[in-house]
Amino acid sequence: MAKPHRNLTRAYAQDLRLFGTPWAKVGLATMILVVVLLPTVLHDDFWLSILVYVGITAVGAIGLNLLTGYCGQISLGHAFFIGAGAYCTAIVGGDLGLPLPLWLLAAAAVGAALGGLIGPFALRLRGNYLAIVTLGLIFVGEHLWRNLKGVTGGNSGTSVAAPPAVGPVDFSRLEIAGEVYSRNQGYFWLVWGLVALIALLAKNLVRTRPGRALQAVRDRDQAAEVIGVRAGRYKIGAFMVSSAIAAVAGALFGSYQQFVSPDEWNLLLSIQYIAIVIVGGLGTIFGSILGAVFVGALPALIDRYSADIPGVRTSVGGEGFISVFALNQAIFGVLIVLFLVLEPRGLAGIWLRVKTYFKAWPFSY
Amino acid sequence: MSPELTAFLTNCFAGLALGSTYALVALGFVVIYKSTGVINFAQGGLLALGAYLGYTFSDNLALAFGLSILFACLAAAFVGAGFERIVLRRMVGQPPFAVIMITIGLLFIIEPILTSIWGFDNLQVPNPWNIQTVEAGGLVFGVRDLWTIGITIAVVTAFFLFFRFSGFGLAMRATAFDPEAALAQGISAKKVYAVSWAIAAALAALAGITLAAGPGGLSPSIGFIALAAFPAMILGGMDSPAGAVLGGIVIGLAEALTRGYQDQLFSWAGDNVSVIVPYLLMIVILLIRPYGLLGTKDVRRI
Repeated sequence: MAKPHRNLTRAYAQDLRLFGTPWAKVGLATMILVVVLLPTVLHDDFWLSILVYVGITAVGAIGLNLLTGYCGQISLGHAFFIGAGAYCTAIVGGDLGLPLPLWLLAAAAVGAALGGLIGPFALRLRGNYLAIVTLGLIFVGEHLWRNLKGVTGGNSGTSVAAPPAVGPVDFSRLEIAGEVYSRNQGYFWLVWGLVALIALLAKNLVRTRPGRALQAVRDRDQAAEVIGVRAGRYKIGAFMVSSAIAAVAGALFGSYQQFVSPDEWNLLLSIQYIAIVIVGGLGTIFGSILGAVFVGALPALIDRYSADIPGVRTSVGGEGFISVFALNQAIFGVLIVLFLVLEPRGLAGIWLRVKTYFKAWPFSY
Repeated sequence: MSPELTAFLTNCFAGLALGSTYALVALGFVVIYKSTGVINFAQGGLLALGAYLGYTFSDNLALAFGLSILFACLAAAFVGAGFERIVLRRMVGQPPFAVIMITIGLLFIIEPILTSIWGFDNLQVPNPWNIQTVEAGGLVFGVRDLWTIGITIAVVTAFFLFFRFSGFGLAMRATAFDPEAALAQGISAKKVYAVSWAIAAALAALAGITLAAGPGGLSPSIGFIALAAFPAMILGGMDSPAGAVLGGIVIGLAEALTRGYQDQLFSWAGDNVSVIVPYLLMIVILLIRPYGLLGTKDVRRI
């Protein structure tokens, strides 16, 4: 078949390719190169730690996007699974001292099992009812974390001593060709490597048969059922995969921060993830990462530059009318409302529009 | 009366008072859900807004408490209707997830505004009941709790009469039942939506003030109670006003009784287990009846 002079898709298989155009491959290669080289250039611990947190958030956001963006199941309970992953790591990685792949897998397994417990609700309830049951999950979870003192250390929290090491490779003290890299640099590679891996897995999941089934369930579950998709199975499966990925994010979070307390797994965290998925773009993997960069870095930046933002109070009883925490919360709120009203497809949608504009140039459509 | 019975009745009374607050908030949820199909997570923000406005009216402006309640409810109603007009109206026909998230976004915008204006301190709302109690038959009732229950009964009765017998109540029921048919009959759906939000906000404000006038006082965390009213609404069924009242009372009683008997019966469950009892109860009931106790079963066709 002759090559078209523009990027035309002439077959369904072409539409489903992992990289639609040669430019996508170039773009991806550039991104990988940037991620690989960035820590060797950037040594500042503040920026590296923000990027590590952003990466961890991106992992969790990909999981939530699979559930909410692709399968259409609302969950306000993501924070619960993230917490479960962190505590699992404290035990498997810290107390038992097992290596990195094992505590990551253990966290994923625990997350999947807990997600499976939501299954019966996912089958019986839909939309609004499901949202409120998962909201209940947050509060029940918070109670558990505060009272299962043996596992979580109760209100005072627990330290997570999980070593980020696979055999001789220790990410907290990488040694490549004689050069020793710091803990932040090592974690950057570890976390963003996992982001790439999970993004690839998720992308492959959604472009294959199960992914199309998920989207059919999202669009209209009963119609999907009629054409032979086992909607119930896919709903539970989506919950399990999503919460397994969330638990992996929690595991990374715990091991990077080395200390976790029950105050962290609250409604605000769940909402932050949902804000990321919305701002990034529902139903796009790339959007989850974009959203995590945008929304995840915001609180840290506001915190860092709060002294320079007019009207922000940096200390208790200080000048200004709004505290840093309140400003963060308000910005989340404004972002959620603005994106949903004005750009429901999120940052990824804006990106797509820019892309189609140039594709069709010089014609307007 | 034996001391056990007295303790039981006291707990039940506390549960009723708490339950009526839940019922007011849950009724607000139901009004909005029934007419617009939206679950309003911003209700907690409106509740806190009403409570703070009530505080300002009765403390700074030294108005009579009854008047400040009225003004606070009116002001909250305007804000509620404003939300509907400015944001929610653009979201008609969007998936429920998007609309829920919009209301969460609104909640996140209100809360920081409230704390920037009134701060994080615990404020005491001056009210005519204070900590007065009356004794009847060996039982001690807080006057404030009696007022809360009384106001709730009055408001709920007024609400049902309005819904059942007024022209606008009929319009609201018609819109809830079939928006297109209602429009075809000349009912203004826009007006119905705005009024639903106003009513819900006023109910939330009322619940907020009665709560803030209690021993706990007024602090930014007051909006939290709206989250605890979700189980009440879900338990009763999202589209049933009677269910909201029933659910509120059941949840209130369950919570107060758990709190009362926690030391004796539930000490293994950890401290403050009463806080999550509403959610546990909701989860159990939803597994048995996915549409709540009095909710309409959703018949779906392809």
